[in-house]
Amino acid sequence: MALDIKIVEEAQKPLGMNPKKFGLWLFMGSVIMVFAAWTSAYLVRRADGNWRVFELPSLFWITSAIILVSSGTMHWAYLSAKKDNLEQTKLAISITSLLGVAFLIGQFLAWGEMVQHNVHFVGNPSGSFVYVISWMHGLHIVSGVVFLLIVLVATFQYKVHSKRISQMEMCTTYWHFLDALWLYLFVFLLLNR
Amino acid sequence: MATTDIHLHQDVHHHDDHEDHEHHEGNFWTTYIFSQDHKVIAKQFLITGIFWALLGGTLSVIFRLQLGFPDMNLDWLKPVLGGWITPEGKLDPEFYLALVTMHGTIMVFFVLTAGLSGTFSNFLIPLQIGARDMASGFMNMLSYWFFFLSSVIMFISLFLETGPAGGGWTIYPPLSALPQAIKGSGLGMTMWLVAMVFFIVSSLLGSINYITTVINMRTKGMSFTRMPLTIWAFFFTAIIGILSFPVLFAAALLLVFDRSFGTSFYLSDIYIGGEALAHEGGSPILFQHLFWFLGHPEVYIVLLPALGLSSEIIATNSRKPIFGYKAMIGSMLFIAILSFIVWAHHMFVTGMNPFLGSIFMLLTLIIAVPSAVKIFNYVTTLWKGNIHFTPGMLFSIGLVSFFLTGGITGIFLGNSAIDIQLHDTYFVVAHFHLVMGSASFFGMMAGVYHWFPKFFGRMVNPTLGYIHFWLTFVGVYMVFFPMHYIGIAGFPRRYYSWTNFETFSGFADLNMLVSVAAIVTLSAQFIFLFNFFYSMFRGRLAPANPWESTTLEWTTPRNPGHGNWVGEIPSVYRWPYDYSKPGAKEDYIPQNIPYSETPESNLPHENELIKLETLNGDGSIVVEGSKH
Repeated sequence: MALDIKIVEEAQKPLGMNPKKFGLWLFMGSVIMVFAAWTSAYLVRRADGNWRVFELPSLFWITSAIILVSSGTMHWAYLSAKKDNLEQTKLAISITSLLGVAFLIGQFLAWGEMVQHNVHFVGNPSGSFVYVISWMHGLHIVSGVVFLLIVLVATFQYKVHSKRISQMEMCTTYWHFLDALWLYLFVFLLLNR
Repeated sequence: MATTDIHLHQDVHHHDDHEDHEHHEGNFWTTYIFSQDHKVIAKQFLITGIFWALLGGTLSVIFRLQLGFPDMNLDWLKPVLGGWITPEGKLDPEFYLALVTMHGTIMVFFVLTAGLSGTFSNFLIPLQIGARDMASGFMNMLSYWFFFLSSVIMFISLFLETGPAGGGWTIYPPLSALPQAIKGSGLGMTMWLVAMVFFIVSSLLGSINYITTVINMRTKGMSFTRMPLTIWAFFFTAIIGILSFPVLFAAALLLVFDRSFGTSFYLSDIYIGGEALAHEGGSPILFQHLFWFLGHPEVYIVLLPALGLSSEIIATNSRKPIFGYKAMIGSMLFIAILSFIVWAHHMFVTGMNPFLGSIFMLLTLIIAVPSAVKIFNYVTTLWKGNIHFTPGMLFSIGLVSFFLTGGITGIFLGNSAIDIQLHDTYFVVAHFHLVMGSASFFGMMAGVYHWFPKFFGRMVNPTLGYIHFWLTFVGVYMVFFPMHYIGIAGFPRRYYSWTNFETFSGFADLNMLVSVAAIVTLSAQFIFLFNFFYSMFRGRLAPANPWESTTLEWTTPRNPGHGNWVGEIPSVYRWPYDYSKPGAKEDYIPQNIPYSETPESNLPHENELIKLETLNGDGSIVVEGSKH
């Protein structure tokens, strides 16, 4: 066996992180841009005048509370998965999913409340914007609930535990993001009527 | 830390290489159609892009016939265009608008965004940073198939009885929002919007993948400052895409609601046939703000990849390091940032506040600075280089030429006062076709010629390449240079005809010249097409490194399989532009050659690098076996 030895400098390992997590952050960046577009369009349009002012549905306060609580249960799920407390994880994810669905129902009922105040989807853009923004956010919540269910199934298959937490982490990040996004949108709509 | 590279003369295959990549023997469907291999996906984007480019070019020649020869009898086009030729043998005016719209849409989005970024980002990012594939091959496949779906929808819309979208590629409401406005705002517009939604999804999937791959999948030693400029360009392009395409999505969705559900985001106070429409309270200017927030960055989504490709090609074929590597990165970064804060220069004449106009004017003119830096660096890279005039090199130099001549007119158009005269005239058409259309197209062609050996393992015929270049280069200038005069004379774009008024007949001869040049330029592309497909199957077999280039893609086998490298991925020890380094044996040193192997050409600080790494190591020597 011939053996020749040469000494070369060692190439540095470049920085890097989990590509999927990184991709999720980029995706959230593009979601932020969509809503940034609508909220800035809202401001630009409002500055033009001919803008109907109306009370936001009071149900938005309740749905905001629901989504805030769901963020808590999501984090509970994450922490218990980290401690390998899988029974609690399953419970916490289930509660989070249910809260997500409750949020969606609440948003739907809030639209009914808007209709009762005679604010329709078709009409002055001030109302249409609220419908579009809450509808599109709801669509993202649907995707979040689907993600939660995927993680729930994975937990039942013992594919989520302290040594294999990245999917759980991504789900947690996404859910917190959707929560923060709604709170931002709600505060935005409250401040800019 | 030093690595001792021990060469054992026996077969030492690395386990990690066989784990998940290399030679998936798939069937026809998984290898060529639903492939997750970035190289196959790149070729799919390329072929689809070429198809669209031909179609877009043909549409432009049809409306150039109308503009150059307004009295021509077009009955001979009846077999193809059918009812769009009127009984008098003329082009239907509404179809003319549809042609202009589809030409713009196809060229901007389907050719120069998907065809350019989709092809070269997919192909070169993993090969040049030393990765086996994209971060997510599945997402990459989805990206192509969403683009394909979008293409199919857009293509079908060409055959609608009411014609494809006709409101211009910028689809300004209220024209695009009211189906009763023109034929092209009916079903054609709906399909345009649906196709674009899929296109945006495709573009976002692609961009997320590109950024993730560049950041996380680089091989050992490939630090950011050792990345080829192509990768930097694709990286910035993808970031711009992620930030701007969602805004187009937001704008398009509101337009869909206005069209189909009766909301009033963009519509207000419109009377049709004396009847007021129900829409009230909207603002069409709002759409323009949202659209151009995408629309302007889109220009750089189209241009930056072409600039990246030409940087690499010009350095390689000048046999010189690129002049001002960091300045090139800096200027691209600066362009990328500026691209987001200049959108209102498309809207100077919408009645915007003149003070706001001068702010946008200032920001717009600042773009001239990084652009000039880039042109200066291209020229200084060429300066006293040992230039090899390959077809790819010629197309890159052509890009620099168009970028300069088209960029200069941008300084005029960026002035909010001069824009009042020049807005929406042929001056604008000449400007953006040179600086963005032709420059990017030439960058794409340069890329195809330069990386053809890596795409298909064969060489293209250079003679046909030269003929293609000169016909196209001269043709493009013949088409767009006269348009400056036509534009300064005040001819508005998108008009079907000027000959109805004697005053405007003055430039009929110039328009005729433009049209003839356009036909010649389009015909020249068939030379390329023949060369492309002939060389794909019958071309001379390519050597491993035909252009004696330094980057990693040339260390792969002639026809790299899925996984790109047989055995270990090479590590990177130096920047990608070590051309004609004083003292070196050859006039290029590939990136995967360590400094310790080139003592004759190392600069003092590079020798320091070796020493530091040897001394700083904690005495341990990493033994690395490799088969050779």
